[in-house]
Amino acid sequence: MIGYIFRRILIMIPTLLAISMIVFVIIELPPGDYLESYVAELQSQGESVDPQHIEFLRERYGFDQPPLQRYLSWVGGMLQGDFGYSFEYKLPVSEVVGDRLFLTILISVATIIFTWLIAFPIGIYSATHQYSWGDYGLTFIGLLGLATPNFLLALILLYLANVYFGTSIGGLMDVEYIDQPWSMDKAISVLEHLWIPVVVIGTSGTAAMIRRLRANLLDELQKQYVITARAKGLPPFRALVKYPLRAALNFFISDIGNLLPSIISGAELVAVVLSLPTTGPILIAALQSQDMYLAGSFLMFLATLTVVGVLISDLLLAWLDPRIRLAGSAAR
Amino acid sequence: MSPRARKSAKLAHFVSSEPFSPQVIDHDVSPEQQKFYLASQWKLMWWKFTRHRLAVISGVFLLLTYFSILISEFLAPYALQSRNVDFIFAPPQSVHLFHDGSFVGPFVYGTNYKLNMDNLQRVYSEDKSKLYPLNFFCRGDEYDFWGIARSDLHLVCAEQGGTLFLLGTDRLGRDVLSRIIYGARISLTIGLIGIAISFSLALVIGGLAGYYGGYVDLFTQRVIEVIQSFPQIPLWMALSAVLPVTWSPLLIYFAITVILAMLDWTGLARAVRSKILSLREDEYVLAAQLMGARPKRIIARHLLPGLMSHLIASATLSIPTIILGETALSFLGLGLRPPITSWGVLLNEAQNISVVALYPWLILPVVPVVLVIIAFNFLGDGLRDAADPYK
Repeated sequence: MIGYIFRRILIMIPTLLAISMIVFVIIELPPGDYLESYVAELQSQGESVDPQHIEFLRERYGFDQPPLQRYLSWVGGMLQGDFGYSFEYKLPVSEVVGDRLFLTILISVATIIFTWLIAFPIGIYSATHQYSWGDYGLTFIGLLGLATPNFLLALILLYLANVYFGTSIGGLMDVEYIDQPWSMDKAISVLEHLWIPVVVIGTSGTAAMIRRLRANLLDELQKQYVITARAKGLPPFRALVKYPLRAALNFFISDIGNLLPSIISGAELVAVVLSLPTTGPILIAALQSQDMYLAGSFLMFLATLTVVGVLISDLLLAWLDPRIRLAGSAAR
Repeated sequence: MSPRARKSAKLAHFVSSEPFSPQVIDHDVSPEQQKFYLASQWKLMWWKFTRHRLAVISGVFLLLTYFSILISEFLAPYALQSRNVDFIFAPPQSVHLFHDGSFVGPFVYGTNYKLNMDNLQRVYSEDKSKLYPLNFFCRGDEYDFWGIARSDLHLVCAEQGGTLFLLGTDRLGRDVLSRIIYGARISLTIGLIGIAISFSLALVIGGLAGYYGGYVDLFTQRVIEVIQSFPQIPLWMALSAVLPVTWSPLLIYFAITVILAMLDWTGLARAVRSKILSLREDEYVLAAQLMGARPKRIIARHLLPGLMSHLIASATLSIPTIILGETALSFLGLGLRPPITSWGVLLNEAQNISVVALYPWLILPVVPVVLVIIAFNFLGDGLRDAADPYK
């Protein structure tokens, strides 16, 4: 097991390196840099620009160096916990990101649990009652959730909650807690606001999950051991729960790898509509103003989050299912 | 039959005295069975597909929608950019059949417009004294039909002097229904072009990885893993933020399509690879190799036909991702820009809660999005089931 964990973490390193390269290329792609647009903005406002000051900034942040060197110092900085400097906020990136990243993780985890809770019973029902009206109806509702763009669902829920409950559910906490240190009341307020984004983001993933669970369980149900169990007189419910369901459960864990990127994607979009203090809105702003270190670090964080999520799901899976770690060591 | 009953019912020993020949039985197939045994693979697939009702209905619906983009100008009651300054944010008009209890045929009432001086809201009400019957194949806004002919023929419009805003108008007084019909042109084709690009990428990369295996396979697998571990939407946002503002809307359209496709091929490539990995072990591949066929020929002539049906099915299932992606990007203002009109661009107008509260008809472009995506999902399901007719 320890060998498996070690190998699995080792594989992560080249993946993260490749991701950092892609991110760096993307943030380097736009012509010009932040300082150029900064100067242009100052000039359009009629303010004078001190060329010496700009030159100083250019040197200070290494804009005059070749790309390769900048990449190396960016990655090197990240390894030491220095994520660069946000020009827009005039703060180190880590300070801008901090809380927001935590809230993104919170929403993602809550959404995964929500998706499980919904998809699990529906998937089992659909598989055991294949081609029944219930199966068709639930599949259709699931598809409806998949087909409705997240952002619009968020908008409509926002409106309905406003009309029927008279509350504003935008944001992730009541206004008075913003910028306050964490306390019990603040946590409760966050929980009260959390359900809307979780429901909205969850709807799109649930349909896919239901279908995959249904297909997996159907495969299991057709296997010989289920027939044997039924033949020796095991009640249908026990014959379902005891073995086929357990085999299909593995898939719940392994599916985190599929689920996580799409949940984080959805979270970014919904965050813009609901003006959540997560990474979404700030990422868009950073991309548009070419605040490259901020945008780059954000992309890097989001990708790392997924890679680590997949790692955790793989480790859980190996812990649950001996076939996987044995197969892994036999192949090497 | 219970075991006890089976035990008691004794069967008499029976031997047929008919002459027996195995060949006779083999040839004794009904014409239907013969038809089934001799049918080509594609024919079997077609039979299996037609048994999936929802998939057939979805397929017909999609065919009709795609046909509609050929004649959008004719179907839309108004031209894409024609503005009705007297009817800004007008609510949908309903079509009536009866007036004062007597049958008139389809018609709409006139519209009264008043400005509420307290909150400056435009208030529209039906003017029951004015009747405008609907005409079919009538003359309306002029348009350039695909740049070859000028015409002003429309499927339906109200009588002279009346208006026909079945889904209301937007902030410039443009008819929402017409804009939805025109928007289909961009939104539906972006899915097709996108999938064409990602399909070819997947075929080439997945095919090479599957055929050569070894280091090539290992490398492409890692690349796919890296791409898949990115959350799609942030990456799309980053890439489309890179597009220069100076590009023409049409160029942006193609660039966005390419961006959407660039991240979409990975799933398909995996499917191609695993299929080819299993198919290349078959004897006919070995035979082709021994006869000196080159890898390119073996992949293209011997391997790809075997997995084409599966690929088409999975491609159908990934078109919705691209359509939704375009909608999301345009909604954020990072995708297509006016004057190009797509469903995402239309939804961009419905971006804040006041729109939903005051002019709810502006979120109607979501209806075709939902319908098309559900239809593609059902169609893909049906195709996937049909792709393996022997099952």
